[in-house]
Amino acid sequence: MPRQTIRKQSEDWELIPNLLDYDAARRNFSWEHERELLDGMPGGGLNIAHEAVDRHAAGDRCEHLALRWLDRSGEATDFSYGDLSRLTNRFANVLRNLGVKKGERVFALSERIPPLYITALGTLKNGSVFCPLFSAFGPEPLHSRLSIGEAKVLVTTESLYRRKVAALRDSLPHLQHVLLVRDSAQEKHPDDTLDFQQLLDAAADEFPVCNTNPEDPALLHFTSGTTGKPKGAIHVHEAVVAHHASARLALDLHPQDVFWCTADPGWVTGTSYGIIAPLTIGATMIVDRQEFEPERWYGILRDHMVSVWYTAPTAVRMMMKHGAELARKFQLPALRFMASVGEPLNPEAVLWGEEAFELPFHDNWWQTETGGIMIANFASMDIRPGSMGKPLPGIEATVVRRREDGSVELIEDADREGELALKRGWPSMFRGYLHEEERYRACFSGDWYLTGDLARRDEDGYFWFVGRADDVIKSSGHLIGPFEVESALMEHPAVAEAAAIGVPDPIAGEVVKAFVSLKPAHQPSEALRTELLALARRRLGPAVAPRQIEIHDNLPRTRSGKIMRRLLKARELGLPEGDTSTLESRE
Amino acid sequence: MNREEIRALALKKLLQVAPDINPGELDPKTPIRDQYDFDSMDFLNFTIALGREFQMDIPEKDYVAIQSLDGAVEYLAQHIEGSAEEN
Repeated sequence: MPRQTIRKQSEDWELIPNLLDYDAARRNFSWEHERELLDGMPGGGLNIAHEAVDRHAAGDRCEHLALRWLDRSGEATDFSYGDLSRLTNRFANVLRNLGVKKGERVFALSERIPPLYITALGTLKNGSVFCPLFSAFGPEPLHSRLSIGEAKVLVTTESLYRRKVAALRDSLPHLQHVLLVRDSAQEKHPDDTLDFQQLLDAAADEFPVCNTNPEDPALLHFTSGTTGKPKGAIHVHEAVVAHHASARLALDLHPQDVFWCTADPGWVTGTSYGIIAPLTIGATMIVDRQEFEPERWYGILRDHMVSVWYTAPTAVRMMMKHGAELARKFQLPALRFMASVGEPLNPEAVLWGEEAFELPFHDNWWQTETGGIMIANFASMDIRPGSMGKPLPGIEATVVRRREDGSVELIEDADREGELALKRGWPSMFRGYLHEEERYRACFSGDWYLTGDLARRDEDGYFWFVGRADDVIKSSGHLIGPFEVESALMEHPAVAEAAAIGVPDPIAGEVVKAFVSLKPAHQPSEALRTELLALARRRLGPAVAPRQIEIHDNLPRTRSGKIMRRLLKARELGLPEGDTSTLESRE
Repeated sequence: MNREEIRALALKKLLQVAPDINPGELDPKTPIRDQYDFDSMDFLNFTIALGREFQMDIPEKDYVAIQSLDGAVEYLAQHIEGSAEEN
């Protein structure tokens, strides 16, 4: 139960919130009306890039600041909506000139630099599908995503290409064009690559935006399950209706806002809210090239007069480590709304916001498959610290129990745990996992999308996160599939079997811990353990690699041979071991 | 403790956090994260490990000084000397 409710009072608001009365907003909401707030294309078409960029560039917001990019030194480069429109037209022309067609997939692997944003929006203008990759992924996750996604084009930087992609090139038969952003003093690009800037400079400023159907694929976001390879969640152009609505209602974004989403576009938050949503509102967005540093971040909030800030629990907890006093040294009169996503924000962190910034953090909940924010703490609604809030208008959420026959029972009682489920049909709902129809179908029971997250709903309708229903690991807000980690460790000649679980971490929420057993003739040693850690980091990158590895004689298995990750986790956390009747005695 | 000893210990801590780093290839003057995938959790773990090893509290404002191996060695040397003089 909440220790403390943060009451909202109208005199605290600097702007009248877009969602003023939760119940009334739910009653009066319709997706049709939300669609009318956008332009659309002739004949019922809809294109995300038109709604994000061109409709503002064509009107009186043409000169309004759309994107302010901060380089490593903190120096700003500004792009108006007009600038973004021209540059993304050019990139769309680049794709067309290369023969890249509607529906074909364009991947980006890049740090947060302007070409990434130009690529994303230009790809959508061309009717092609944009797929972002996290730049700290190692070669293994990159290879699986590029090959499952049948990438036709990859935009990346010269150094990332040399470090991670060049060696994979021969095993990616679909990849026809690699466009490199120059970031080193090397005079000549590697073979079989093109120069991003040269192509952009040579392309025309005008481009007729592809008149996409609302159901045409637009975005591909990879996510992880417990088993098997990463899944590519497909989102369509109609998602923009939810991006726009959720930015207005859950983030309370207004056109005059300066918005900073700290998430990297390599993950879904950084695309939905770090590229698309703020632009659809016509707001100004801040993009910082650099990684997290508290003082730099406070300086950005102050110097660029950020008014709405969307960040993540890991960052909040890192800031807490450095104390509220440091934050309070920075005068932030423009800042009026703070939100967080990625994993549940602990109550202390919500309250710390008030101590450090005189504003609470507003936690919200969504996932790759939902495409946009589904459950949120709203500007006008009292906050129960630790709760993810209430469903957005237009979103029906509930808690269910799965029955053996695949149907679900709705849990009506307050505070009873079950799986969080959403009524299908919102615009940004994923429309499939690429090439994995069966896995897609398994996510639904009748009209309900089953999220894989366990939750409970209190008597007033606030939802509370309980845990994952599966073995997926959530580290720094990102889902990590244990299978991907285990597969990389299995590549080592000494490893017989591997299991990866998430263990609690005060900053990241969870970090990956792996257990391995060795093949006969191999002895456990500190040197081998270090070697395995190094191998995993090289293959997977630090975002996915385990931070801890333990070598055991054997790993607990079921009689059918499946490693019992749950049992490893229970032992690790000192929890009851639960049902071990299927445990094989060998261990 | 001389600079070489400090360097050896700092490098040892760095390799515990990120054993994928090849000490022979690491450019000590360039920020580590410009050369390797070294994320903010890694950096935090590195500063914690240095703090424990050298028994000092490294305040956040000083993080900018320890982005590279040379930077970290220089910072540690100054602060170890500084505390010695005070004694």
